[in-house]
Amino acid sequence: MTSSALNLNYLQAKKGIFSWIFSVDHKRIGLLYLYSLITFFLVGATLGILMRLELLNPGKDLFEAQTYNQIFTMHGVIMIFLFIIPSIPAVFGNFFLPIMLGTDDVSFPRLNLLSWWIYVIGAIMAISTLMFGDGPADTGWTFYAPYSVKTGTNVTMAVLAAFVLGFSSILTGLNFIVTIHRLRTPGMTFLKMPLFAWALYATSWIQLLATPIIGITLLMIAAERVLGVGLFDPSIGGDPILYQHLFWIYSHPAVYIMALPAFGIISEVLPTFSNRTIFGYKAIAFSSLAIAFVGYFVWGHHMFTSGMSGTARIIYSILTFMVAIPTAIKVFNWVATLYKGSIDVQPPLLYALGFIFQFMIGGLSGVVLGALAADIHLHDTYFVVGHFHYVMFGGTGFAFFGALHYWYPKIWGRMYNKLVANIAFFILFIGFNLLYFPMMILGLMGMPRRYYDYLPEFHLPNMISTFGSWVMAIGLLLMLGNLIAGFRRKREKIGRNPWGTGITLEWQTLSPPPVANFDRMPVLPKDGPYDYDHKPEIKE
Amino acid sequence: MMEHISGFSLPNSGHNRDAEASKMGMWLFLFTELLLFGGLFIVYMVYRTLNPESFLLASFELDVALGTFNTVVLLVSSMTIAMSITAIQLGDTKKSILLLCTTLLLALVFLVVKYFEWSAKIHHGLFPGLDVYKNLPPGESLFFFLYFFMTGLHALHIIIGGIIIAVVIYRTKKGLVNKDKYTLTENAGLYWHLVDMIWIYLFPLFYLIH
Repeated sequence: MTSSALNLNYLQAKKGIFSWIFSVDHKRIGLLYLYSLITFFLVGATLGILMRLELLNPGKDLFEAQTYNQIFTMHGVIMIFLFIIPSIPAVFGNFFLPIMLGTDDVSFPRLNLLSWWIYVIGAIMAISTLMFGDGPADTGWTFYAPYSVKTGTNVTMAVLAAFVLGFSSILTGLNFIVTIHRLRTPGMTFLKMPLFAWALYATSWIQLLATPIIGITLLMIAAERVLGVGLFDPSIGGDPILYQHLFWIYSHPAVYIMALPAFGIISEVLPTFSNRTIFGYKAIAFSSLAIAFVGYFVWGHHMFTSGMSGTARIIYSILTFMVAIPTAIKVFNWVATLYKGSIDVQPPLLYALGFIFQFMIGGLSGVVLGALAADIHLHDTYFVVGHFHYVMFGGTGFAFFGALHYWYPKIWGRMYNKLVANIAFFILFIGFNLLYFPMMILGLMGMPRRYYDYLPEFHLPNMISTFGSWVMAIGLLLMLGNLIAGFRRKREKIGRNPWGTGITLEWQTLSPPPVANFDRMPVLPKDGPYDYDHKPEIKE
Repeated sequence: MMEHISGFSLPNSGHNRDAEASKMGMWLFLFTELLLFGGLFIVYMVYRTLNPESFLLASFELDVALGTFNTVVLLVSSMTIAMSITAIQLGDTKKSILLLCTTLLLALVFLVVKYFEWSAKIHHGLFPGLDVYKNLPPGESLFFFLYFFMTGLHALHIIIGGIIIAVVIYRTKKGLVNKDKYTLTENAGLYWHLVDMIWIYLFPLFYLIH
């Protein structure tokens, strides 16, 4: 090989569409996920903006109530199953987990490619309900029985799509667990692993142990619709409460599948831009496991009003409060990491700080919902919608965008325009809070979620919220446009460590990384992954 | 991977052959299978508790003799696949293949017996959608639905297991599975034991509890 051929990075190594969609390189698979996820995110966001537009005024503005029901169901299905469940693990986990562990790929590269293909098939199945059959589902993303068994819309295809997507999630989780156990670089013990790897480890276990339950439950819904048996329909002997239990046994842990990887991102971004070691490494690592474990036993808090014994409700409520403890431990540790750090305010740090602010609002409103008496009032109101979006979008979504800005120079070997990125962040941040904070107030006032029409006294907060959705849309477009424009910028010399203070192993290799990830043996800091006192010198 | 910059390659590569990793991956996959059936066991338990009499009445329709026969068939097949793993570890390729073929044959016997059991039920109109089924009390119809759903899902696993065993036989014949490299046989064995074990639970739940 010529010397130029030897210096090819993973983006240049092979050309053509087939070298991408059949690639077993974890970096390329991560990018395949990124492009698919962003596409579906934009579709989901558009549906969300349409919903807000309909709610601008009371009464009918744009479309019929039935269409509205289908739009919010599609918004939920796309955002949950196609965007936020895979989001950080499938994109940044795939791309960076092997590099951060100092290896060249995941344990099962071909399985990794298969999981992307399964994702694509599931996505096509979900989207096909828009065009074929009797229209997309109108049940809400929870597919609650007995309505999901009786509605004429194409629920069968939608639940089968979610079933298939579950497989993709399981395979990714399985791959990561084995990779973390088998492929850490020599000298990297479990307690010297970066916190992002810890977060992915905890997430992967939830993916593995919770997803099969929803798989089988959704298959039962499909079977009930096709064969007409009375599994969940009470008029023919079924028990709809049982469906809710089975659904939330998965879907509550699933919110930790969405949130834990985001915690990992924040734990990476903060030390880099504070230029100091993370505060409470072990506390952050083990609190991830604690959240994964306790998070398994709190599903009943979604069902406080649907018929459960008082004892069960009290137990679920106490357990729900308990999950808040490890989560709060993380927040305190992050804030303590900033304390006396030499802080460098860059776009990724802004997203991390935005995350902490919004996640606190989301998390604390979650504790409010976990309280039995308060939940009776707030259940199925806009307070729940506000809470969920603060946690998932304000939390995980912002962490996702933060990670995109953090690792952008490593992935593509270029830098975006930082000033525009900062402006986009502030527009996004303001738009986000304008959009979702009024929902909390609407919930306290008593406006139910999923309603097509509302009373005149709810008009003002709804107007502010819809206005916020426009601001946020501008912020999103500016952010994505700036990142895309970054591809076209003239390639500057991007070093191995463009932020200057990155300490985990991905900053020791070239930007973009070579096909085999490292061109020389990575060196571990002496005392753990964030040991800034013994930071290995990185030569270009 | 092919292109290594300046010839450097990492010691711990995801493209190395790693028998430990393969087995760990298989175990993790088995956990997901347990939970898949676990969900069904919960549903069974809830509806059995809600309709004890109907479940009892309906269970008399099943043929205990055939169920017992199939249980024995599966247990023996688990033994033969375990023996074939020992055979390949000892380097006796021929014996390993013979034992794998026996396992495959037993799987086929299981499916044939299952076929006759199912067709007898369907002949009696007990399948969801048929006349007799429609007029059953809700508890009994749930029993038969769960019977078909759970044994059907299990039979699907038997078929997949059979395909895997056939692949192992082919690869052993080709010499790709041998004395030094037998993870594939081990993983097929692990999967087959799981399929067997799930039946050990299904059998009493549907045929024996009176």
